[in-house]
Amino acid sequence: MNTVIFRTLAPFLTALMLLFSVFVLLRGHNEPGGGFIGGLIAASALAIYGIARGIRPVREALWFHPMTIAAFGLLLACIAGLVSMLAAVPFMTGLWIYPSLFGVEVPLSTVMLFDFGVYLVVVGAVTSIALALEREDI
Amino acid sequence: MAAPAASAIDLSRALVLAPPPVADWLVILPVAWCLLSGAVLLMLRKDVRLQPPLAIAALSVLLLLDALLLWRVVEGGPVTMVMGRWLPPFGIAFTVDLAGALFALFSAIVALAGGLYAAESIDASGRRYGFYPFLLLLMAGVSGAFLTGDIFNLYVWFEVLLISSFGLLVLGSEPKQIDGAIKYAFLNLVATTLFLIAVGYLYGLFGTLNMADIAVKAAERRPGLPLMTLAVLFVLAFGMKAAAFPVNFWLPASYHTPRIVVSALFAGLLTKVGIYALIRVMVMLFPVEGDALSFLIAVAAAATMIFGALGAIGQSDTRRLLGYLVISGIGVMLAGVAVGGPGGIGGALFYALHSMVVMTALYMATGIAGRLCGVFDLNRAGGLYGRAAFFSALSLVLFLSVSGMPPFSGFWPKVMVAKAAIDIGAWWLAATVLATGFLTMIAVGRVWALAYWRPEKTASEPAPRASAMLSLSALVALTVAIGLYPDPLLQQIQAAASLLAEPSAYVNSVFPQGAR
Repeated sequence: MNTVIFRTLAPFLTALMLLFSVFVLLRGHNEPGGGFIGGLIAASALAIYGIARGIRPVREALWFHPMTIAAFGLLLACIAGLVSMLAAVPFMTGLWIYPSLFGVEVPLSTVMLFDFGVYLVVVGAVTSIALALEREDI
Repeated sequence: MAAPAASAIDLSRALVLAPPPVADWLVILPVAWCLLSGAVLLMLRKDVRLQPPLAIAALSVLLLLDALLLWRVVEGGPVTMVMGRWLPPFGIAFTVDLAGALFALFSAIVALAGGLYAAESIDASGRRYGFYPFLLLLMAGVSGAFLTGDIFNLYVWFEVLLISSFGLLVLGSEPKQIDGAIKYAFLNLVATTLFLIAVGYLYGLFGTLNMADIAVKAAERRPGLPLMTLAVLFVLAFGMKAAAFPVNFWLPASYHTPRIVVSALFAGLLTKVGIYALIRVMVMLFPVEGDALSFLIAVAAAATMIFGALGAIGQSDTRRLLGYLVISGIGVMLAGVAVGGPGGIGGALFYALHSMVVMTALYMATGIAGRLCGVFDLNRAGGLYGRAAFFSALSLVLFLSVSGMPPFSGFWPKVMVAKAAIDIGAWWLAATVLATGFLTMIAVGRVWALAYWRPEKTASEPAPRASAMLSLSALVALTVAIGLYPDPLLQQIQAAASLLAEPSAYVNSVFPQGAR
C-alpha cells in the first residue's frame, strides 16, 4: 500500500472525496444521498489519507478529535429538533427559511441542519473507529 | 425544496395543526435534554474537572423535567406529542401515562444518585474515557423507552441504552470486564433481535406500530390473528432483558465486573426497562394473551424468585450476591404481572420502583463497604460496624428493605403481590413471594453478620467518600419515606395500573377525535 504513487495521490483523492461527500449530503434532500451516506464517504476519504500518510497527519488535519466532531453533530441534530419549540410546532417539525444570497434564493431548513448533524456524527464515529483500527496495525 | 405553494390541500388530514401546549413539551424534553447534554459533555470530554459538576447539573435538570412531567400527567391524564406533527399513527408518537412518568421520574432519581456517587469514585481516566457522556446517553435511552408510544421506537431506545451500557461496562478495559461485556452484549443482542422480529411480525399483522393504535386494533380483530405467537415472542424477549429464569444467566456473568457505580446504575435501570416493556405489551396491548400466558409467567416468576435468592445465599462476593438479588426481585415483579388485576400490576409497578432505588443503593453500599474493607469477599471482610456505625445503619435499612420487611419500601409491593395472588387462589405463588423474602433475609443477614458484625481482620482503610455517602443517604431516605408514608405513591400506582388495564385515556390522548 505504501507506494509513491499512492502517497502522492492520496491527498488529492481525499480532497475530491470530501467535496463529493458534501455534494451527496446536500443532494440527499430530494434525491438519493443524505447525511449518513455522505458521512461514510467523508470517513472513507479520511481513512484513505490515514492509510497513505499514517494517523498523525489525519488527526492534525482534522484539528478536532473525531469524537468531538460526532458530539457536535449530535448537538446540531438535537438543536434542529428543538428549534420547532420556538415556532410552536411539535418536536422535529421541518421549518424552512428562504434567505436571498446574492440574488439567489437559498432554501434552508431544520431538516438540512439535522442531516448535517447526522453527517458529522457518522464522520466522527466512523473516523474514530478507523483511526483506532489503523493504530493497532502498527 | 420548493417554496411553500398556496394550494387547496387539506393539511389537517395529515398534520397536527394546533400548536401544542407548552406543557406537552415535557414529553420529549427529558430525552432531548439527555442527548443535548450528553453531546456537550462528550465535546468537553478532556476537561475532566468540569465533567462531574456539569453532569450532575444536567441530571438535576432531568429530574426536574421528569417531576414536572409526572405532575402534568397526574393533573391532566396521558399526554401525547407526535414528532414532526404528522398525525398518528404515521408520526412517531411519544405518549406518557402515569406508569411511564413514574418510571421516568425514578430512573432520573437513580441516575442523579449515580452521577453524584461517581463524582469521586470515577477517576480522571474514567472520565476521559467518557463515563458521564455514556451516563447521559444511557438516560436518553431509558427515558425514551419509558416515554415513547411507538413500539418500534421502543426498540430504538432499547438499542440506545444497550450501546451506552456496553461503553459503561468496559470502562477500565480490564480482561475480566471484556469477558463480562461479551456475555452481556451477546445475550442482550439475541433478546433485541427477538424483540425486533416480534415487532416486524406485529407490523405485518396490524400495519401500525403506534401502541395505542395496536391496542385498539388488537381488541377489534383478535379472532383469527396469531397474537399468541407474538405474545410469546415478546415475553421471551423482554424476559431476557429483565433477566427472568431461565434466561437470566447473562446478569450474574456480567454485573460484578464493571465499576460499582456502573453496576448500581445497571441494577437500578436496565432490567426495569425490560419489566416496564413487558407490562406495557402484555397488559396494555395483548391482555387476553397475557392472561392465557399467566401460568407460564407465574412459573417463571416463582423459579426466578427462588433461584435468585438461593444464588444470593451461595455467593461469597458481595457484588455477585447483589446480582442474584436483582434477579430475585425481577421474579416478584413477574409474579405481579402473572397475577394481573390492579393489585398484581400495581404490585409489580411498585416493586419495580422500589427495586430501582434499593438495588442501586445496595450496590453503592457495597462499593463503600468494599472500599472500607479493601475486599468484596465476605470471607475476608469484617468490622464495618465498629468502624462506620452510621454507614452500617444505612446498610441495615437497605438489607431489611430488600427482603421486604416493614416499615421500608420493599414491604408494601410484596404485600400487594402476595394479597393479589391469594385473591385469585394462587396460594403457591404468594407462598413463594414470602419464602423469597425469607431467603433474601438469610442472604443479606449473612452479609451483615460477616462483613459488618464480625470483628475486624483487615487493616483499616480510608473513610467513605462524602459524595458516595450523600447519594446513599438520599436513596435510603427515599426508601424509608416510601415505607413510612406510601399513600401518595400508592394512589398513583393504582391509578397507573388501572390505566394500563383500561387504556382508553391513553388511546384518547393519541387520537383525540377518535378518528383513524
